[in-house]
Amino acid sequence: MSELLRIEDLHVSFKTDDGIVRAVDGVSLTLSAGETVAIVGESGSGKTVTSLSVMGLHKKGQAEISGSISLSDHGVFKDVVHLSDDEIRDIRGRAVSMIFQDPMSSLHPYYKIGNQLAEGYLVHNPGKKKEAMARAIEMLDLVGIPEPAKRAKEFPHQFSGGMRQRVMIAMALMNSPQILIADEPTTALDVTVQAQILALLSKLKKEFNMGILLITHDLGVVAQVADRVNVMYAGRIVEEGPVDDIFYSPLAPYTLGLLKSVPRVSKNNERLKAIPGQPPSLINLPVGCPFAPRCEFKQHSSESGCNTTRPELLGTSPTHRSRCHVPEKLRSELFAAELKELQA
Amino acid sequence: MLKFIGRRALFAAMTILIVSAVVFAIFSFLPFDPASLTCGQRCTKQIIAANRIRLGFDQPVYVQYWLFLSGIFAGRTYGAGSAAFSCPAPSFGYSFNENACVTDMLRESLPITISLAVGALIMWLLLGIGLGIVAAKFKNRWPDTGSSVFVLLATSLPTFVTGLALLIWVSIKWHFIPLSLNGYTSIFDNPWKFCVYFILPWITLAIAYAAIYTRFTRAALLETLGEDYIRTARAKGVGERVVFFKHTLRAVLAPLITLAGLDFAGLIGGAIITETIFNLPGLGRLTLRSVYEFDLPVVLATTILAAVVVIVMNLIVDMLYAVLDPRVRIT
Ligand SMILES: Nc1ncnc2c1ncn2[C@@H]1O[C@H](COP(=O)(O)OP(=O)(O)OP(=O)(O)O)[C@@H](O)[C@H]1O
Ligand code: SF4
Ligand SMILES: [Mg+2]
Repeated sequence: MSELLRIEDLHVSFKTDDGIVRAVDGVSLTLSAGETVAIVGESGSGKTVTSLSVMGLHKKGQAEISGSISLSDHGVFKDVVHLSDDEIRDIRGRAVSMIFQDPMSSLHPYYKIGNQLAEGYLVHNPGKKKEAMARAIEMLDLVGIPEPAKRAKEFPHQFSGGMRQRVMIAMALMNSPQILIADEPTTALDVTVQAQILALLSKLKKEFNMGILLITHDLGVVAQVADRVNVMYAGRIVEEGPVDDIFYSPLAPYTLGLLKSVPRVSKNNERLKAIPGQPPSLINLPVGCPFAPRCEFKQHSSESGCNTTRPELLGTSPTHRSRCHVPEKLRSELFAAELKELQA
Repeated sequence: MLKFIGRRALFAAMTILIVSAVVFAIFSFLPFDPASLTCGQRCTKQIIAANRIRLGFDQPVYVQYWLFLSGIFAGRTYGAGSAAFSCPAPSFGYSFNENACVTDMLRESLPITISLAVGALIMWLLLGIGLGIVAAKFKNRWPDTGSSVFVLLATSLPTFVTGLALLIWVSIKWHFIPLSLNGYTSIFDNPWKFCVYFILPWITLAIAYAAIYTRFTRAALLETLGEDYIRTARAKGVGERVVFFKHTLRAVLAPLITLAGLDFAGLIGGAIITETIFNLPGLGRLTLRSVYEFDLPVVLATTILAAVVVIVMNLIVDMLYAVLDPRVRIT
């Protein structure tokens, strides 16, 4: 598998009136062709900020970005963080595309679908109007829009939510990018439509040999399509690993909390256990582990480091790493017991 | 589309009928005798009585209303025999104060007001939208600050102050533009004289309205720039210039047109201050004079005309909106 994207030690902060918001605080991850890598986490954990950084879509004056985002432009690696505006614009929609959460508001209400798709082709292939429209219709067909030639002449409001998300996907694929970022692509959709869109994304991933960076807060979606998972909390990755490891042998207390909060059909009709408390403010993060105020496992940490030092991303396995002061072995045992209880 | 226009036209006609009936009723039930207003100081009982019959004020109100309505379509003759006089269709009544058919008075003043409103409209759209674009494009930089200073000044200065200032400095002190005493010339006869005649009134009105449009355009553009579909355009690789001047500006157009249509309609009925300052014999001044002088037929006619203009402009705006915004279906 060839690597397409490598984010290293990414920091993104915003200057606001209340202070500096450290939205992304040292994120590293990789994405290769043919795989789906998920980023999960509660609202405000920095998932969208991370993905917008890859697209170079943060406003110049607003966001302070450091670290490196090395991205394959069809084989040639470029560091998005240090490109000029024009160079980034040239990559967007061609080497890397993005689809967004709300397909209702993500399409321009005043332009025909076909033209909106064709535009994405035309900016990278100036003057080729005929080919652009042919490509638009071809892509609409590919994502499962019936009568694509006719529908291309319609406006977004004439499409249902699921159809619009299909249109967004078609738009993202106009230039056959190698990397697709999907930011909560199914959150705004009905459950049945959700499954269809996820299946479509998986199918297209194979066809285009893409790498998909899937952003979601829905562990059900992760279970369905992800190969590897990054769990984010307060701007940092607290656990990363193959999808099975994350679900069956989680190592970060936060991941366990997420798993316990997934609604499931259980025999004794137990109530949903949302993680108590709120994520910390990203302005003036406390020293120590950001999860400490909500964590049930603090007492297992030997030197009470939870409140004084930030845990590093470590693991006995090179592919499955997590941030926590409690010894990994102890965690495995404790969590295994909890998960068993959950299954029962 | 045709069906839409037909239905709306019917609706408009009914609205106009109701408005005219209400206005007519208000003036009919005023606690004074309209006939006694028809002649000046040297009035005798006989003249009043004669006029009462000639103008139909002796008839019941509903008959008077019917006569008024039928006059619009068939013209109207007042009195009989050698003393009779007539106003051809469309007749909106007869003004005793001016000894003229109301329709003729409207015919003289309407072109002036329309010229004033159209010229000012063009000016303030160019100025207001232009400044709004500049302000949004250079948000929080000096062009934005400059335009907000303009907005602040223009909204806080009443039109009579800007109007008088222009009149005093530009015309009287500096003699840049002659005082428009020599009267109105149609644009078709002499476009240059027409423009000279109207330039200061246009500027006066345009400044006041441009400020509103600057603020509106700036706010609407900035709001649109935050929309998801603008982010989508950027994600496609569309350049910042095209994002701004195509995707963003396009979305702001429809509400701007609506605003312009309604403001324009308002002006036709009420550019009273500007017309007064610059001594333009337009509709606004006609209305003002007729109210002062209890010239009821003229008040009636101008009120109905203002209502008609508002209704018709609304119709036009709705049609334009349907053309500009594909989400609005007209059926
Ligand atoms: N332009 C900005 N200026 C200031 N703060 C910002 C900006 N963009 C994002 N943030 C902050 O950064 C943090 C992370 O936001 P982000 O949108 O990445 O969260 P998320 O994980 O995508 O959450 P959600 O699930 O709600 O989409 C939030 O606290 C947010 O308020
Ligand atoms: S470091 Fe301490 S507070 Fe943080 S997750 Fe581990 S046990 Fe909980
Ligand atoms: Mg988000």
